[in-house]
Amino acid sequence: MDEKILSAHGLTLEEYKRIIELIGREPNEVELGIFGALWSEHCSYKSSKPFLKVFPTDAPWVIQGPGENAGVVEIDDKYAVAFKVESHNHPSYIEPFHGAATGVGGIIRDILSMGARPVCAFDSLRFGDPRNDGNRKNIKDAKPIAQGVVKGIGFYGNCIGVPTIGGEVVFDEVYAGNPLVNAFCLGILEKDKMYRARATKIGQKMVMVGSATGRDGIHGATMASAEFSEETEDKRPNVQIGDPFFGKRLIECTLEVMQKSLIEGCQDFGAAGLAGSTSEFGSKSGMGVRVYLENVPLREEGMTPYEILLSESQERMLYAVDEDKVDEVLKIAKWYGLEAAVIGETTDTKRMEVFYKGEKIADLPISAIVDDAPVYDRPRKKPEYLEETQKFDQNELPEVDLKEAIKKVLSSPTIAKKEWVYRQYDHEVGINTVVKPGSDAAVLRVKWAVKPEINSERAVAISSDGNGRWVYLNPYEGGKRVVAEAVRNIYVTGAKPLAITDCLNWGNPENPEIMWQFEQATKGMADACKKLNTPVVGGNVSLYNETVLPDKRINVYPTPVVVAVGVLDKPEDAIPSFYQQEGDVIVIIGEVDKEPIVNGSEYLKEVHGKVTGDLPPIDLDMELKLSSFIRENKKLIKSAHDVSDGGLITALLEPAFQEEKTFGLNINIETKHRPDFELFDELRSIIVISTSKNNLPKLEEEAKKIGIGFKVIGKVDNDSKLTLKVGNAEIEENMEELRKNWEKTLKELLD
Amino acid sequence: MKFGVAVYPGSNCDYDTYRVIRDVLNEEVNFIDYRETNIKGYDCIILPGGFSFGDYLRPGALASHTPLTGAVKDFADKGGLVIGICNGFQILTEAHLLPGALLPNAHGKFVCKHQYIKVENNNTPFTNNCEKGQVLKIPIAHHDGNYFVDEDTLKEMEDNGQIVVRYCDKEGNITDEANPNGSIKNIAGVCNKEKNVFGLMPHPERAAESILGTDDGIYILKSILNSI
Repeated sequence: MDEKILSAHGLTLEEYKRIIELIGREPNEVELGIFGALWSEHCSYKSSKPFLKVFPTDAPWVIQGPGENAGVVEIDDKYAVAFKVESHNHPSYIEPFHGAATGVGGIIRDILSMGARPVCAFDSLRFGDPRNDGNRKNIKDAKPIAQGVVKGIGFYGNCIGVPTIGGEVVFDEVYAGNPLVNAFCLGILEKDKMYRARATKIGQKMVMVGSATGRDGIHGATMASAEFSEETEDKRPNVQIGDPFFGKRLIECTLEVMQKSLIEGCQDFGAAGLAGSTSEFGSKSGMGVRVYLENVPLREEGMTPYEILLSESQERMLYAVDEDKVDEVLKIAKWYGLEAAVIGETTDTKRMEVFYKGEKIADLPISAIVDDAPVYDRPRKKPEYLEETQKFDQNELPEVDLKEAIKKVLSSPTIAKKEWVYRQYDHEVGINTVVKPGSDAAVLRVKWAVKPEINSERAVAISSDGNGRWVYLNPYEGGKRVVAEAVRNIYVTGAKPLAITDCLNWGNPENPEIMWQFEQATKGMADACKKLNTPVVGGNVSLYNETVLPDKRINVYPTPVVVAVGVLDKPEDAIPSFYQQEGDVIVIIGEVDKEPIVNGSEYLKEVHGKVTGDLPPIDLDMELKLSSFIRENKKLIKSAHDVSDGGLITALLEPAFQEEKTFGLNINIETKHRPDFELFDELRSIIVISTSKNNLPKLEEEAKKIGIGFKVIGKVDNDSKLTLKVGNAEIEENMEELRKNWEKTLKELLD
Repeated sequence: MKFGVAVYPGSNCDYDTYRVIRDVLNEEVNFIDYRETNIKGYDCIILPGGFSFGDYLRPGALASHTPLTGAVKDFADKGGLVIGICNGFQILTEAHLLPGALLPNAHGKFVCKHQYIKVENNNTPFTNNCEKGQVLKIPIAHHDGNYFVDEDTLKEMEDNGQIVVRYCDKEGNITDEANPNGSIKNIAGVCNKEKNVFGLMPHPERAAESILGTDDGIYILKSILNSI
């Protein structure tokens, strides 16, 4: 077999030999295409699988863990939420608008296939630093990529009617040639009405519904499993084109046939197209599948069976339907203006048999395609750079002008206000968004009128985090911290954290240093999940986030994006991020007397131009204490915001910038440490809260009882002035001026 | 009072509108499919927000040629109350039930925010529960909300009191800064001469419960109840 043909399918010679062993003969071209797609890193997790086993996946409230299209977690006696985050990185560099748009469409269909009404989306985005545009060689500017991605997300989400209620946007040069676009969706369902991607009987019909199949996106999965190089531009035709108008009708059609109990199982068409969804259907059902390609509704003429089987055309869904209900399902699909056809059935052969106009063109054991994909124990080695970064001593940093440093950090694109992004997303359709973008977590009511009627008194809180810099500097600790940070953003709203979903965005797994980061980070994440009792209920892995240039390879930071979900008894209970009233007392709680460390901080990067330093271990017991303190005392706490990117000073200032009002602040932090360290450390577990004077003694008593630090450091003023004392340093500044620094950056860089 | 909420393929505020009328106003409400021609028995038809027919061609263009929109025209001709919200407003202008057109936002981007609007005419079935000059805070979310109409028609509309609401700041000042999409004269919503057909870009149904940040939309919804 010609290695060129193999590599076009993303297969190695070794893998080809394994195929022959498994099926006892040479595969034909169509079969080779099926293996190429299903054995791709994207579909098979062949490099990452062994390490994902360390994640805890269970808790009493988990209904469905990893392995289905999304995880499902109960939120009260009757209702559950289905959610998952997934990457769409590779397509988004090649074609930012459509790449991002189809990412949103794909994750919405994953949620839908569980039988849930998709009610909100989140997007976690990472781009190159637009301040560097024009200075890169062989890499595109970050600005048009960011513009295209944000527009694409808005285009799809706004049209399909699923509000994009939050997310994060980070700018760093490591993402310039390989932006990260991770899309999350959450849906709501009655917990005993969950669907899964499987047939329930032999002889059940497989009905394909949605948009007609075209040539777009053939080999998308293979593309997503290779590094970027100059040839990547040629892969533009591999990017799928999404149509949210079809997506919207597919939601309504699918929920209707589910509500009428007309279908038994449901699977969306994602990576590897028809080959992927039918074989996974067979595998999960423990059955075989017979597929008739001539029945597939096509968008263009002259498509070969190979193309029909591997097309990744969007907005398509596969239902398992009992024969006597097929007509009704087809009728409903037609009512919604969708293409629909019976394209096959389940069999007792455990084989995938594909026919085209009477001829059998593929005949493979499903286990060979799905279960017997190779799993690699790739070599791992501690990266050399760590020796250098772990030696870093912050005490060697020169002293800086504090006021200038504050402005610099506040206006850095990663810290700056993200209004430019979320204004372009409809974040309110569905009339459930109680806490809107711009807070630690978004809070959503759990209500829906029809298909299905949902009426929970509770609310869910959602937050995403993924500090790749931390994981780069200490993969194990960084992994722990990323989970803790996402979970912290949930509990600062007063919600009870329930579970997480993650998207692991990594570089080239064939590089032992990168695999070592992967092993360490997943271990750290798993340890944090166990301790915090937030199991991983789903997610995905995206490898080969690497840019190959003529003279070097750039890998993204190892970036696990974690989306945490929690539950509140009532939406009214949500604690705001913002200060509420002048005269209120500002308190910091948690590790308030611990030595501050600016390693890996935004301050170190923006002000000193360094990404270095080791991370101290995070105290997860402290996290648990803070979590229960806030939940138990939420009636006494008027605002809460955690210290993270940008440090304590950012966490003190941001809550003063209410949508329509800017508060003044009078802060006095007594400390024996260097003021810049005190203000910019991001590694202590500290929450900034505000409370009324009357409730202060009671809160302090509760903090003492539970054993967390409690330090009153100032008060909220009405004069729009910042008066800050930290150690011996004193700063005065107009709050409006600081707000301008924080607000203007993205508009200036991206508009 | 009986409301009908139009459902075009791609409508996406239909459920929200339905839920608010049913659960907040406690009034009777039905969905009406875009293929329907019989809309007898309704007191008010709402064309909801969304992306009818995927905004193919132009927002509202295809929806304006459906059987239901034809029936809505007859209903309006006979004096029935019709309110078009966001995409519904676009459908009403495309169907010539309202003058003018909604162009892409001047800044070229979708915009979603809480917006202040000022009631210019409270002598309509949709604003009679408001004070003249009252400032309401109501969410907007659109890509094509840039209202345009030729000068002569504009003059005529102003003389007839057809300019119902304009974008303004918190204090009610009609300024360029307060204009979120470039609309001519900050126009946010207009009615026909007879005042029984009203279209606006802001979403009153998103402003019907204080937990969502504002319940000023109730002023508009209650006005409709007053009118029947």
